[in-house]
Amino acid sequence: MSMFSIFNVTGSAISSQAQRLNVVASNLANADAVAGPDGKAYKARQVVFETVPMGSQAAQGVKVQNVFESDVPNRKVFQPQHPSADAQGYVTHSNVNPVEEMVNMISASRSYQNNVEVMNTAKNLLLKTLQMGQ
Amino acid sequence: MFEQFTQRLDNLSNGLVLRAQRQQVIASNIANADTPGFVARDFNFAQALQDANAGITHGTDPTATHNRHLRLTTSETGTGNQLAYTVQTQPSLDKNTVDMDRERANFTDNAIRYESTLRFINGHVKTMLSAIQGQ
Repeated sequence: MSMFSIFNVTGSAISSQAQRLNVVASNLANADAVAGPDGKAYKARQVVFETVPMGSQAAQGVKVQNVFESDVPNRKVFQPQHPSADAQGYVTHSNVNPVEEMVNMISASRSYQNNVEVMNTAKNLLLKTLQMGQ
Repeated sequence: MFEQFTQRLDNLSNGLVLRAQRQQVIASNIANADTPGFVARDFNFAQALQDANAGITHGTDPTATHNRHLRLTTSETGTGNQLAYTVQTQPSLDKNTVDMDRERANFTDNAIRYESTLRFINGHVKTMLSAIQGQ
């Protein structure tokens, strides 16, 4: 039943890439957010992938091991008239880098597509195997 | 007599099992294309097929330590611990050695070879059937 575990492997990869895409979406959505009343602005999040063995040595899936917050310092902009400005007149923005996030998004979506294609090929091969000897 | 009919079919089915296994290995490589530190795997298909046709099994074969122990044979054709590591083509910062272009090419190549093995099996079955029916 080795061909069937391809679905488990690519399925885990697809769901991990979807989670990465989700994190990118949340980062991009909060790219322009400023610090709230607690004085803490949004921190960009990143996912870390990890290999998971799936049954045999040949089947290696993926899972999201951890979602960590980037420790890049938040962007401070001098805007004394802004309602969220601190005592010195600085507004703390999120530390999201939109260019990095866009690149991350393209990479995640390409990996997602690759895995979908692998799944389709495996499905076609299995369907042809079903017709063996006919 | 009948073994001569099925010998070729046995060889083809060994090939089919190994193709399916290689497909799985390459699928794992593609799935782990973004995992830090992942090392891509593959195996020598020609060698594995030769071993399978010669009846050499790789993996955990239980050894009999007493002459009245029942013989356990692993019937499944397996690559066992023959899996090797692929050579890195371009170094990456996260120590991942998956080369997506190579994996995609291998995957397509392997899929076509799997399908052609299937067709050979189908053709063989048709030949045998017409030989049996004698029409």
